[in-house]
Amino acid sequence: MNRELKRVSLLIFVMFLSLFVASTTIQIFAADSLAQDQNNVRSAYDSYKTQRGAILIDGQPIAYSEKSDDVYQYLRVYEDPMYSAVTGFFSLYQGSTGIESAMGSYLTGQNSSQFFEQISALLSGNPVQGASVELTIDPVVQKAAWNALGKMKGAVVAIDPKTGNILAFVSKPGFDANELAVHSGVQSNENYAAMLADEDGPLFNRAANEIYAPGSVFKVIMAAAALESGQYTADSVFPNPPKFQLPGTNVFVQNSGEGKCGGKPTVSIADALRFSCNVPMAQLGIALGQDRIRQQAELFGFGKKVKYPMTSTASVYPENMDDAQVALSAFGQYDVRSNPLQMAMVSATVANQGVLMTPNLVENVLSSNLSVLVQPQPNIFSQPISKETAQSVKEMMIDAVSRGVSGNARVSGVEVAGKTGTAQNGKGEPYTLWFTGFAPANNPEVAVAVVIADGGGQGQGGVGNSLAAPVARKVIEAVLRK
Amino acid sequence: MSNTASIVIPKIVRVVPRNRNIEALLLIFAIGINAFELAQIQLSLLKVLTPDIFTYWLPPAIFAIAIHLILRRRASEADPMILPIAVVLNGLGLSMIYRLDLGAIANGGTELFAFRQVLWTVVAMVVAAAVIIYVPSHLFLRRYVYVSMAIGVALLLAPSLPVIGRSINGARLWIGIGPLTFQPGELAKIALTVFFAGYLVTRRESLALTGRKIFGMRIPRARELGPILVIWAASLLVLILQRDLGTSLLYFGLFIVLVYVATGRAIYVVVGLTMFLTGALVASRFMGYVSGRIDGWLNPFAPENYDAVGGSYQLAQGIFGLAHGNLLGTGLGGGIPHLVPLAESDFIIASLGEELGLIGMFAILAMYLLFVSRGLRIGFNHPDDFSKLLATGLSFVIALQTFIVIGGVTRVVPLTGLTTPLLAAGGSSLIANWIIVGVLLRISDSIGSGDRSGDREVNK
Repeated sequence: MNRELKRVSLLIFVMFLSLFVASTTIQIFAADSLAQDQNNVRSAYDSYKTQRGAILIDGQPIAYSEKSDDVYQYLRVYEDPMYSAVTGFFSLYQGSTGIESAMGSYLTGQNSSQFFEQISALLSGNPVQGASVELTIDPVVQKAAWNALGKMKGAVVAIDPKTGNILAFVSKPGFDANELAVHSGVQSNENYAAMLADEDGPLFNRAANEIYAPGSVFKVIMAAAALESGQYTADSVFPNPPKFQLPGTNVFVQNSGEGKCGGKPTVSIADALRFSCNVPMAQLGIALGQDRIRQQAELFGFGKKVKYPMTSTASVYPENMDDAQVALSAFGQYDVRSNPLQMAMVSATVANQGVLMTPNLVENVLSSNLSVLVQPQPNIFSQPISKETAQSVKEMMIDAVSRGVSGNARVSGVEVAGKTGTAQNGKGEPYTLWFTGFAPANNPEVAVAVVIADGGGQGQGGVGNSLAAPVARKVIEAVLRK
Repeated sequence: MSNTASIVIPKIVRVVPRNRNIEALLLIFAIGINAFELAQIQLSLLKVLTPDIFTYWLPPAIFAIAIHLILRRRASEADPMILPIAVVLNGLGLSMIYRLDLGAIANGGTELFAFRQVLWTVVAMVVAAAVIIYVPSHLFLRRYVYVSMAIGVALLLAPSLPVIGRSINGARLWIGIGPLTFQPGELAKIALTVFFAGYLVTRRESLALTGRKIFGMRIPRARELGPILVIWAASLLVLILQRDLGTSLLYFGLFIVLVYVATGRAIYVVVGLTMFLTGALVASRFMGYVSGRIDGWLNPFAPENYDAVGGSYQLAQGIFGLAHGNLLGTGLGGGIPHLVPLAESDFIIASLGEELGLIGMFAILAMYLLFVSRGLRIGFNHPDDFSKLLATGLSFVIALQTFIVIGGVTRVVPLTGLTTPLLAAGGSSLIANWIIVGVLLRISDSIGSGDRSGDREVNK
């Protein structure tokens, strides 16, 4: 019997081992992500036991907790709605979003990096103090982007292409997070319902979580894919008819704006980008094939959720298209979808000699005694294109601004590279207007992407160059302190 | 060990009964820890120490010391660790229940558990003492093997009866008379262990040695498979009638392990497990409750399970609680365990994991493991087959139950309706587990005596 007993002992040992492993997994490895689960109200409860850390920009709080005289002890206060897409909200009743959610475990002092503070808190009986999170946002650039959008619905993302640091992150119209931070449940729920019902969608994060048809800004990715394929150079030419029949259909593609696209029998890829011509791009798309285009798009980040440290909605380049659909996708129509964060990443790659840095909002995390807990370092996301391709695409984008259809992004005394887009959303629907680019072209300090939803209030009257490019210009001027 | 009757076992003679002195030392430590827990809870939640502390500390402490003194007289060679571990676990559970009561009072709650838990603890300790005193030798139990079976089956099926049967949270595991409810399955596990041990001791030869050899494996005859079929059918009946996978698995697992230990034939384990899993799978197909539990186990955070009535809300909240505890825990009184439904009973381990952290969780698991290993040690060392099987069975039932409950909370297995031995609120569970403590102490005392007659009083 003892032989069998030994085996039973072994079985029991294995059973308990699985319990040790499972509890370690939950309590250590998954603890931080579980703490951020939207169904988990514990961090909200913790908020009234500990002073939640502040969210800082250049040392100045944009969100902080101040003493309140009710049972919750602390009230969350937000300085300015222009930061609403960054901070998100922190509400007892609606949970949390934005940095409040993504950095929640640090702000509440529950992150495992605050281990020693937690020990000393345990021994002293005083609650742990939340850590504060300093952001990479440049307040001057943020303000410029916010003001430049005016009353239009849309978003701006500006990135330092060398580090991936996010300098501006704006989504309009934005909301007043104080209305959701109130301690009265009735009030908070009422305000939240009103925001959800608002047709302008103030709670939408248009910078990274809404996706739009990119239109002609997608041509930058097309140019990159063409050069990377090794089969084309900037000077490779395509036939330049006024109309192009989509294979297998009776539908014709036309160029918009500069209808003639140079007016010669053939047109180069460089000129197609400069004049933003659809006809040669459609032919290039079919010639390259959807797989090669998708491969290039995915290297830029399409199909991936980007953690910055909030989580973006993945941009889409569709699968299983026929040739007609591929042709449409080549100028950012059909079911291609993207957001400003993604398009800023594309420009940042071109600006940074083909190397894409991971976008990041967090400068550092400071414990309550001001020691640095976390200091994110610049981190390579991918290398979507070679240095040579980057140089070549950059020259095309410079031409698009200096002597092409994206001229409204010009800044005096600075060489700007860029590309506009005007995406159609179906018959009678307002356009989606875009700009993405970077400056100064030869020593880039900022890559920017602008999206304007619902035609900027002008239905089908506005184009990327008339409404989005000027916003980008303001942002570039702010970065360069012009 | 197959023919113990002809082997003469030398008596192990101890000059000094060291065991009881070790036990006394550990017991003082155990009682001290319990006092420390209660004091920490009061200081954390009430900011002052109140005399209430004695209500929850003294009765278990006094009765634990009483059991120790009884052991000194009646079973001086009994294992020295079992009693202190039981006292620590029982006290820890009681402290957490008291802590949850204080939390409930602060939130305007009126349903309190701690006082009842103290009363049940005292009752359970008295029952354990009675077992040690009045069961002169555990072999005495062997005379009641078939009575045990009858009692076990009756207890097991009682909740399914009309009028007295009660359903709580979907599982029909309780009987109730007026305001009193009782979970008879807890006692059934002891009666059935006695029965299995007694039955297998008499039948192990035929179970072990009969059958034709096919491909080098000895396939048992249909006659030998009969009892296994009966237990299998009974387990599935429990599953169907009482709608609880855990209870069903507990009894069947216990039986299969004892058959294996008694016969040394893995074929019974293979056949038994296959049969049980097939039966359980088929049954769960037709029972929404069980399949709901399985869905909730696989995807507790998916909205369709999380928001469902009787869905994974409790499991998800328990996991959030554990995660909130992190490595060190929030400290007793520092967490918010009352967010989890049934934080004082089914989910007491989540409450403890939240406030004591992974460190506390490891300590609790280690204590269970130690308790079980002491029980198995008795099984290893005892010269008598019935005692071996009984000690193994009782230890295994604690191990398996702990595994099913804590594994349910930590998502190792689907969540079921069993109680955490010695920790969870509930009288039936406390009494049953203290009886196991008593029987294990009684068996361990006779290891060295070589006494296997079973009929005569053991004189020390």
